[in-house]
Amino acid sequence: MSAVVLDVRIETTINGEPRVAEDVWPGESLLYVLRERFGLYGSKNACEQGECGSCSVYLDGALVCACLVLGGQAGGRSVTTVEGVDADAVQKAFVEAGAVQCGFCTPGLVVAAHELLQRVPHPTDGEIREALAGNVCRCTGYGTIIAAVHMAAGR
Amino acid sequence: MKVGESVRRPDAPPKVRGTFVYSSDLRAEGMLWGATVRSPHPHARIRSIDASEARAMPGVHAVLTHEDVPGKKVYGLEIADQPVLAFEFVRYWGEAVAVVAADHPEQARRAAGKVRVDYEVLPPVTRAEDGKVLRHVKIRHGDQSARADVVVKGEYEIGMQDQAPLGPESGLAIPDGEGGVDLHIATQWLHVDQQQLAGILGLPKEKVRLTMAGIGGAFGAREDLSMQAHACLLALKTGRPVKISYSRPESFVGHVHRHPGTLSYEHGANRDGTLVYVRARILLDGGAYASSSTAVIANATCFACGPYRVPNATIDGIVVYSNNPPCGAMRGFGSVQNCYAHEAQMDKLATALGMDPVELRIKNALETGDRAITGQAIDGPVPVAELLRRVRSFPLPLGEEGEGEGRELFLPGGVSNTTHGEGVKRGVGYAAGFKNIGYSEGFDDYSTARVRLFVHHGKPRVEVHTAAAEVGQGVALVQAQVAGSELGVTDVVVLNADTRVGSAGSSSASRQTYITGGAVKAASEAVCRRVLDLAESELHPGSELRIENDSIVDAGGKPMVSLATLLGDAVIEETREFRPRKTHHLDPDTGQSDAHMQFAFAAHRAVVDVDTELGLVKVVELATAQDVGKAINPLAVQGQLEGGAAQGLGLAVMEEIQVKDGVIKNASFTDYLLPTILDMPPVKMDILELGDPNSPYGLKGVGEPPTISSGPAIVAAIRAATGRAIDRVPVRPQDLTL
Repeated sequence: MSAVVLDVRIETTINGEPRVAEDVWPGESLLYVLRERFGLYGSKNACEQGECGSCSVYLDGALVCACLVLGGQAGGRSVTTVEGVDADAVQKAFVEAGAVQCGFCTPGLVVAAHELLQRVPHPTDGEIREALAGNVCRCTGYGTIIAAVHMAAGR
Repeated sequence: MKVGESVRRPDAPPKVRGTFVYSSDLRAEGMLWGATVRSPHPHARIRSIDASEARAMPGVHAVLTHEDVPGKKVYGLEIADQPVLAFEFVRYWGEAVAVVAADHPEQARRAAGKVRVDYEVLPPVTRAEDGKVLRHVKIRHGDQSARADVVVKGEYEIGMQDQAPLGPESGLAIPDGEGGVDLHIATQWLHVDQQQLAGILGLPKEKVRLTMAGIGGAFGAREDLSMQAHACLLALKTGRPVKISYSRPESFVGHVHRHPGTLSYEHGANRDGTLVYVRARILLDGGAYASSSTAVIANATCFACGPYRVPNATIDGIVVYSNNPPCGAMRGFGSVQNCYAHEAQMDKLATALGMDPVELRIKNALETGDRAITGQAIDGPVPVAELLRRVRSFPLPLGEEGEGEGRELFLPGGVSNTTHGEGVKRGVGYAAGFKNIGYSEGFDDYSTARVRLFVHHGKPRVEVHTAAAEVGQGVALVQAQVAGSELGVTDVVVLNADTRVGSAGSSSASRQTYITGGAVKAASEAVCRRVLDLAESELHPGSELRIENDSIVDAGGKPMVSLATLLGDAVIEETREFRPRKTHHLDPDTGQSDAHMQFAFAAHRAVVDVDTELGLVKVVELATAQDVGKAINPLAVQGQLEGGAAQGLGLAVMEEIQVKDGVIKNASFTDYLLPTILDMPPVKMDILELGDPNSPYGLKGVGEPPTISSGPAIVAAIRAATGRAIDRVPVRPQDLTL
């Protein structure tokens, strides 16, 4: 096994700001780069396998799991994280509906729910369930999350 | 901010913005990353460990083995039997053998891969029947040779469930340069970690200070130590801050699981349905180390018959050591496994008697003053029959879920679009369960609260300081509500939990609102008395005073003086410990004792659709009724009832750690199936507040009952839909088709 070479430079745009990461190991995921290189810990590291959605971010406007994207792939592209997303209505609704317990899934759900409401301003229960099926929550049982998305859609 | 109000969580805004700091988000200047070398064998003798190559790798600062543990080399919640780092033997797949610290996490992982451990592989004990007995709890209640008109028997198997909190085991240890260490950690009980770490590190407790970091769920998984000692050892060795954050696969071997078990039951009843006796043997696999197995088996045994009047009981609960993954605490704590068995038995009995299953349960339901099979008379409200009636009275779903556009989402198979309704059968099932709240068997259960009242920017402020772990359940807000209610002050701040205040006990056993809530209440009352004494000495009022809306008011509610004016520069601080009523040891021969402090009850009804051709299950709806005594925060209580039911659904139809020859085969969220938003149906709830005369505000512990009877109700519904005698969970497609 070769040594861990820290020799990649990533120039990217994060939440509208140009950012540069130096001395990156090529194997670092976008999630790792966001968290440990740029200090944006809002995207969460729950499964790091694309199953739980806790690290959901926008990459050039597309909803992705940051854990499944290599940091280097964000070079020259634009990333929007929970810290930068304009999701006030969703965030307020999550607070009011009681959709937050431990909250580890919440940032990913906020981004995913925001993405849904951009596409479908007034989703049905079924549309909410389908859109958020990639976001695992271990605390709430999801009922309050569905209520929160409806609440946000009503604003 | 008062008791009984659905106050919004103060930690929710930072959580929705992504700025709340969890234990895996911590960083410090000059921080190193830890990685763990783990056993690839479930059982082996360690001949030698050669870390020379790993130590020489770039970026590596330390590689530690058991030889580097300065203090106690073993730890454990009940029995100290688990090595901090393995010596002589490894006893389960994934056991920690060595730890590495390096500049970059990938350097640490690769160095861990270069630690050469020479193992002599030994045959593992992987069947509980072959395991060494860790504890055998016996209940001998009533006539041991009782006979009955109608007898039903069954043997039930429960799979191993994972708590799967989303936040990984993680934390940051920072050496203080004077031989001590500060650990920022996500744990359910700071002080028991501190006590164990001080022993392991060979340091006095004052030199091992713990501060709570944000916790991404717990559910029992954070009761035992995981990376705590490893991070501290590495930090003290290197003189640098060390962060360890487990990957998901590592998390599956980094914490204990819910015990798998085999439960053999015999129920006897009169022809009118009155239960005469229950005989049961409950065998749980504790895995390689004791963890909290000895307490789990006590629960499984004490609550083996469910919330029913059983005059004669012969129960043997046995937990064994094996070379399977260690098992311990998970939400429900022993009362989950047995509920699948006793509820299946009640349904079997109803069938044998030709009775309605709910009527049979109601007929035998425990009532106030009845004796549990431990002989303990159950005081306070015992609304088992009422809970069953209430879940039965919810209108049933109409069966229109599968109509119209997007209907496939609501059918078994979901978006896989495997049926349009053909071969789908509906079933309805019921279950009831109960368990103890707080610690049992004579444990000195207590919590400590410090409450401070002072003037801040011209307004009175209350600061509450406890060590209670906010795992997501909302106990921080409960503390604020209690202090706000008792002190009549609007500005209440709950400080972060740490070891600078006394122990709060664990956020376990659904006890924290009761015990720490009780401590905050006691400390707040003490502060209140001092404030009122001060007011009385200054105002000489004609009538009794109280505090309301930041002011001292008279008996008629007329403001006399603002608190800010009365207090001036004074700081009023009181610390109190709160203890609930005492419990007692189980008699070793009969299990008879007042071993439990409080009992909590819930009932569930489940409606399922089963694709009988493919063996796929869709849970259509859950309904629950639970007596919470008093809902301190109704919104949080609803969250517990719904979220707890989701974990029950998981064990019933999805979640199982697959262990083959001692090796976990599905240690990832790809292969370990957690309920998603597509799997979890709406939950109808009926929350009763019947008031326990013994507890603060009449409250009952809330968190665990939802996880107990939800799954058994689902399995009952699947039986009703399919006519199959399902005797294991989680229910798999092959169980419904082959």
